[in-house]
Amino acid sequence: MSQLAKDNLNEALTGQRSKRRLLRRRILDHTAKYGISSGGIGIIFAVFLIMFFLIYVVLPMFVSADIDKRTEMLVPGGIDQSTVHYAIDDYKEVGVRITDLGQILGFSTENADVLLDERVPVPVGTQITSFTLVDEPTNRFAFGLGDGGVILGQIRFELTYPDGQRVITPVVDWPFGEEPKAIHDGPVDRLAVRDVDERMMIVAQSNFSDKVSIQTYTKRTSFISDEIQLRPRAQSQISTDFVADYIMLARNMRDLVLVARDGLARYYQISNIEQPELLQQLRVVRPDETITTAKYLNGNTSMLFGTDKGRVVQWFPVRDRNNDFALQEIRDFSRSEQPITAIGIEGTRRGLALGDNDGQFNLFYSTSERHLKGVATGLQDPINFIRFAPRENGALVETQSGRLISYDIHNPHPQISFSSLWKKVWYEGYSEPTHTWQSTGATDDFEGKMSLTPLTFGTIKAALYSMLFAVPIAIFAAIYTAFFMDKKTRQWIKPSVELIEALPTVILGFLAGLWLAPYMEANLPGFFAIVFVVPIGILLFGYGWSRLPEKIRLMVPIGRRAVLMLPVVIFLGWFALSMSVPIERMFFNGDMRDWLTNSAGIDFDQRNAMVIGFAMGFALIPTIFSVAEDAIYSVPRYLVNGSYALGASGWQTMVGVVLPTASPGIFSAVMLGFGRGVGETMIVLMASGNTPLMDVNIFEGMRTLAANLAVEMAETEVDSTHYRVLFLSGLVLFIFTFFFNTLAEIVRQRMRKKYGSL
Amino acid sequence: MKTWMSKGEHWVWFSASAVSIAVVLVFGLLLMISARGLSHFWPHSIYEFKVEQATESAVYTAEIHNTRVRVFEDPQNPGVSLRENQILLKTANREIYGLDFRWIPENAITSKRLAEGLSVFERYEHGDMYAVIEAFEVNGERIDDLVLVKDRMRSQLAKSHQIRQELRHIERGLIGNINYQLEQLRFEQRRLEQRGQLTEQIIADFDADRARLNQEFSELETVRNELYNQLSQLGTVIVSLADGAERRLGLDHVVRFWQPNEMHLGEKTAFFFGSIKNFLLDDPRNANTEGGVFPAIVGTFTMVILMTLFVMPMGILAAIYMREYAKEGPVLKLVRISINNLAGVPSIVFGIFGLGFFVYVLGYNIDQMFYSHVLPNPTFGTPGLLWAALTMALLTLPVVIVSTDEGLSRIPRSLREGGLALGATKLEVILRIVLPMTTPAIMTGLILAIARAAGEVAPLMLVGVVKLVSELPVNANPPFVHLDQKFMHLGFHIFDAGFQSPNVEAAQPLVYATSLLLVLVIVTLNLGAIMIRNRLREKYKSLEH
Repeated sequence: MSQLAKDNLNEALTGQRSKRRLLRRRILDHTAKYGISSGGIGIIFAVFLIMFFLIYVVLPMFVSADIDKRTEMLVPGGIDQSTVHYAIDDYKEVGVRITDLGQILGFSTENADVLLDERVPVPVGTQITSFTLVDEPTNRFAFGLGDGGVILGQIRFELTYPDGQRVITPVVDWPFGEEPKAIHDGPVDRLAVRDVDERMMIVAQSNFSDKVSIQTYTKRTSFISDEIQLRPRAQSQISTDFVADYIMLARNMRDLVLVARDGLARYYQISNIEQPELLQQLRVVRPDETITTAKYLNGNTSMLFGTDKGRVVQWFPVRDRNNDFALQEIRDFSRSEQPITAIGIEGTRRGLALGDNDGQFNLFYSTSERHLKGVATGLQDPINFIRFAPRENGALVETQSGRLISYDIHNPHPQISFSSLWKKVWYEGYSEPTHTWQSTGATDDFEGKMSLTPLTFGTIKAALYSMLFAVPIAIFAAIYTAFFMDKKTRQWIKPSVELIEALPTVILGFLAGLWLAPYMEANLPGFFAIVFVVPIGILLFGYGWSRLPEKIRLMVPIGRRAVLMLPVVIFLGWFALSMSVPIERMFFNGDMRDWLTNSAGIDFDQRNAMVIGFAMGFALIPTIFSVAEDAIYSVPRYLVNGSYALGASGWQTMVGVVLPTASPGIFSAVMLGFGRGVGETMIVLMASGNTPLMDVNIFEGMRTLAANLAVEMAETEVDSTHYRVLFLSGLVLFIFTFFFNTLAEIVRQRMRKKYGSL
Repeated sequence: MKTWMSKGEHWVWFSASAVSIAVVLVFGLLLMISARGLSHFWPHSIYEFKVEQATESAVYTAEIHNTRVRVFEDPQNPGVSLRENQILLKTANREIYGLDFRWIPENAITSKRLAEGLSVFERYEHGDMYAVIEAFEVNGERIDDLVLVKDRMRSQLAKSHQIRQELRHIERGLIGNINYQLEQLRFEQRRLEQRGQLTEQIIADFDADRARLNQEFSELETVRNELYNQLSQLGTVIVSLADGAERRLGLDHVVRFWQPNEMHLGEKTAFFFGSIKNFLLDDPRNANTEGGVFPAIVGTFTMVILMTLFVMPMGILAAIYMREYAKEGPVLKLVRISINNLAGVPSIVFGIFGLGFFVYVLGYNIDQMFYSHVLPNPTFGTPGLLWAALTMALLTLPVVIVSTDEGLSRIPRSLREGGLALGATKLEVILRIVLPMTTPAIMTGLILAIARAAGEVAPLMLVGVVKLVSELPVNANPPFVHLDQKFMHLGFHIFDAGFQSPNVEAAQPLVYATSLLLVLVIVTLNLGAIMIRNRLREKYKSLEH
């Protein structure tokens, strides 16, 4: 080698440039190491972010409420008069106090400035004798007068923006005029008014009188002045031996309950006010208790009775089997033995707040039976009055010593508790406690019913019915493909079965919903016939084949039988379906569907669990088949050969040697299939009818967690309770499938370890 | 038989049959979709039915669509069920009859014969029309000779297509572009206003731009109106219906027309392929129940490609990290199992994650930071293409990671060690030796991911798919790919047209056609993946020994 070449080589291997290059390579290598590591960890983390995010959205539902004191002031107008109602505006800036003497005082909740001071327009010489709320959220009220008159009013808050600044002005309206309506022939000492849509009902009673007057009105909008006029419609009186302390008139203007302090009550039905019907005489609290307060929960259907023993009992009318109504005690709320002195109700939900003799202020929620938070207002100062802010984000609390405390409340998700999600809940208007999913309703004061039980039930029902179809076919097919089939056939059979996995489920769902469901409805007996005809047909064909001369038999080796069976299976299926009409004629009077509903009393939906069973079962076949086939195929060959050598037949080897060895793998296949069935969305969405029922009936549909997400997720408001409950159901799905898949994976890995060494 | 059964032979037969059943189901399904999907394009014969029923007697020209057996209670004999065979007739002429499909009892049909000289008009609204051409009027001149009429109508229709093409170009392209620019101007102005950088000069500039654009707009509108005017003067065809009533049909409402009963096989085949072409390239009409699926194809492809751009680097990076850099141990094992399991997590869960996290958290904050001048209209704070692609990327990430990881694990250790021994750095070994050999595995994973993403609908319903879009997500306005836009999707098209359209019967044939298209795309992708996988196995068989 020449010196020049040597020098060049030396230069190339050790010189500056080579060193620089080495350095560059090393730096690149190091950067790549850290780059890839951090990137890889980041991506893996991002994948797990899903779970954390789901939990992050769900958690706030289970946090209890926050109550913070904002301001405290003296009760505007003083405590010589007692409060009958407070109204608050949406922004919690302005309150209005109504007193028993008819004074209406608007004030700022920040600094007690008086913004409004009016009196009820009572004719001279008459006295105010009673007060009632017509509707609490809209601040409509009525005063009963000593001369038998009633005057109706409403507090409103007007919003104006002079100079871009929000100004709230409280206003009192007398929507039906300032003239009292005469409805009773004595002083109105107790009064109840309901005003829904076009109808208004007023019920009144005097002290020491056994007459209860009922008057109904129709509302008419005057053409000339847009003023609403009341037209008397009907009037009647109930004679009763009973002097009520509270008249409870429900929103439906049908249920009238008269209650005395000692807890005795009369339940009248006045759907026809000419003929009031006494349905029930009962006691609504325990004999040793006295009622201290009574109020309707929002929606004016559920009654709340507070007692001197610190309990609040909730009652509402329930319809029994004979369509008769009776009052039913639903639940009670209690925190201490102190007498309840005030009940406040939320304006849009079913929440309530209790104030007691000890100055304790407690937040509850009716449907979820949750106690959300309790605070003390001050030592030994009984709470006189509680009023929630319209958006449930605050409350005014008046104490006996004349203090008015304004609270900020943060209580976004009281509706949800373990019991409301999973246990039976007695909802208003239901005849018994039920598991119900009905997240949205037609009216504002709708009681949300968010039980995940029917959805979970539906999910499992759908998955199980489809497993009923998928597991036998997939596992038998796996056994045959892995163990008996010859290699050549296996090469195309396996991918074609696995091809199902690739089929978009939206197509399967479309076919199931629009083609299979009507077809199955029309050929119901045929589908049941398949269950019998196909196995028996296969059995007969197999036996017949074994009787054939050997020459023909050997033409199709055992490994090709699947191909031989193709036409046989098609024929059997066709034969079974064509038997549909004869069977229907013979056993079901010519119409099985009709027979089911009318003779057997089984409900039938066109899109039912059977359709789902076939359609989703079909989609599950490849999942189960593929894993089970792998498990059976990987059973060591010499175990099989040993068994054959000892004289066992093919199937005996299968059952005695191969299946026990492969059983963990088959188990994990089934688990994986179940996991997939639980999460499948489109097929169920399109072919199940999506009614959240709790019935194992194969002819009825269901609503699954996944389908429910697809239906409701897009329409729900972000961060609302409904939104979070939907995320919770997503989390349930996630955990469900994660659990089953992990189980399957662990079992499979164990098996691999055990037999991998064999 | 007893010995036969004691040997378990019947079980072998049962298991063999299970395979056959599965195979029959798969191919039966594929056959059914193909048959129904393709028959949508075929020009079916149209018959004239005389129907005598208790309530009515009528003549229909109709196509036979379906048959069924209706079971009903005998009105004279309560408790006894009767059956009757019914056929579903497509009578078309929706705006005249009120409905275009009706079930007719088979025995009520007194006569059935091929409807002679009948034409099918495919229209831009109200579905098809079945009628006999009587005459054609154009520019006040009436042509009665049927051969001439058809020729003239064809040439006029060709003109109509041309005009519509121009109109589409003007409306979608030019006017769309102007609207886009106008909107951009408005946003730009608001952005500057928010920052307090708006000066008189800039406002004047904006106004000038706006005036210019409005000027262009009104010019285009004149052209457009002229074209519409030309459309309306294409002529009117006078047709007679089955009951003899005459109707006038403006040619501007007609897409095309044909005489199915007079076509021979060659013409029918040509028509068949023409229909397929229209199906692939046309816009949907009549709430997705007619027309083509072009926007859905574009939407699906754009989303899938975008998803691939996300999922490929992420999946490969994560797999390389797990196989080459991370320390083997229980933690890694757990991570591997979890990732494997994520592939089994229901897709709808990814959907709600996409909606809750991408749209409502990420998108909301992006809007607050960068698009505050557009608020309260959300830009990224609403479902759209980007979020759909990201959600699908997350959904398919496990598939790509697992497949790449498996591919990496198949590369013999000796190859890596050989590379290192020759002085290559780890990165060089990975980039030059390991990755190229893993390419088939990566491709397999990617194709499977694409196939899954193309067929998945449930999560997309939450994060960006809509039933109809006015603008494609890819168009001529910069930045050309609109990540914030909603898009159409083949799978959702099936769901929507099949379940949410007002006229399910009319939509069904199209849904089968869309299904067939989707199945074809996905089966092809999967077969490709299987082929690559098989080839890969062959390749490494030699390496392992």
